Amino acid sequence: MLIRTLLLIVVALCSGLSATARAVSQVDIYHFDSTEQRERYNSLIEEFRCPKCLNINIAGSDAPIARDLRRTVHKLVVVDGMTDQQVRDFLQARYGDFVLYDPPFNARTWLVWVMPFVLAVVALGVLFFFARNKRGGKTLDAASQDRLRALLNRQQS
Amino acid sequence: MSRLSLFIPLGVFLLILLVGYLGFSLDKRNELPSALLGNSFPTFDAADLFAPQTRVTREDIVGRPALVNVWATWCPTCKAEHEELMRIASISDVYLVGLNYKDDRHLALQWLADYGNPYDRVIVDPDGSLGVELGVYGAPETFLLNGAGEVVYKRVGDVNRRIWDDEIAPRLAHMGMTVAHQASGGEVLGHAD
Repeated sequence: MLIRTLLLIVVALCSGLSATARAVSQVDIYHFDSTEQRERYNSLIEEFRCPKCLNINIAGSDAPIARDLRRTVHKLVVVDGMTDQQVRDFLQARYGDFVLYDPPFNARTWLVWVMPFVLAVVALGVLFFFARNKRGGKTLDAASQDRLRALLNRQQS
Repeated sequence: MSRLSLFIPLGVFLLILLVGYLGFSLDKRNELPSALLGNSFPTFDAADLFAPQTRVTREDIVGRPALVNVWATWCPTCKAEHEELMRIASISDVYLVGLNYKDDRHLALQWLADYGNPYDRVIVDPDGSLGVELGVYGAPETFLLNGAGEVVYKRVGDVNRRIWDDEIAPRLAHMGMTVAHQASGGEVLGHAD
């Protein structure tokens, strides 16, 4: 009885696994004129961010829009014979900077680009401030040193 | 001086709070700004849903303020949105264009027969290629065009009563459109929501 139950569980697990395997292995089948074209396609789809899924490129996403964009990139490369930069411009014109993992420096993105340098300057400023304070605390001016000596002498006598 | 520097950690902490607050409250991750905003609606050539032989182009829909609504029968949010589109069609004279997105033609016709057709024109995009031209990445999405055919507003997600009242109706009114028919106002508004 126990063995039969176990067997059933194993069978159920296996069929579940094969179903997942089938779902995952659903790949696009595209024709390319040359290996160079295929390599360009493959590197381009790695480059674009899927608009629907926030942090996956269109090569790695199973979202319908990612599939559409892969098909679009294939068409642009193979049928329209676009250069890599033309493909980037094409997608950027339609989906905005969001699809580029390497966003350009412009009015909307400057803060993101500039912020690390601003923070570095602030950090250096804070460091400098503390360093100077420490050094200033250690040295006494001439008048204070005289007072200190007088105090110490009085203590000793 | 040294007493003042004791407040630096507090200042840093408040700065982190501020950045966190701005980061989380301003984050509209589901609403990508449309690259089309402020630009001319692209040219296209699509089939009419009701008459597949008829081609519809950009010239057929521009020339007056229009709402272009991307919808599909496989999209649950579109179902929720449909009632509001019916209401909009009845109270305003804005030109409503439906873009049936990656859908089955028969299901789409059945949908409009079952739930009513708010659209003045329905065009089809069976494989999503027109969607790519428009920067569409899901459904529903809605574009508001001015009379010159420029995209002045885009909504990602459903057009609901709040979006109509706050975002779309004021813009249409600004273009000189009627956004609420006086005579039918009472009875039409009665059953909404």
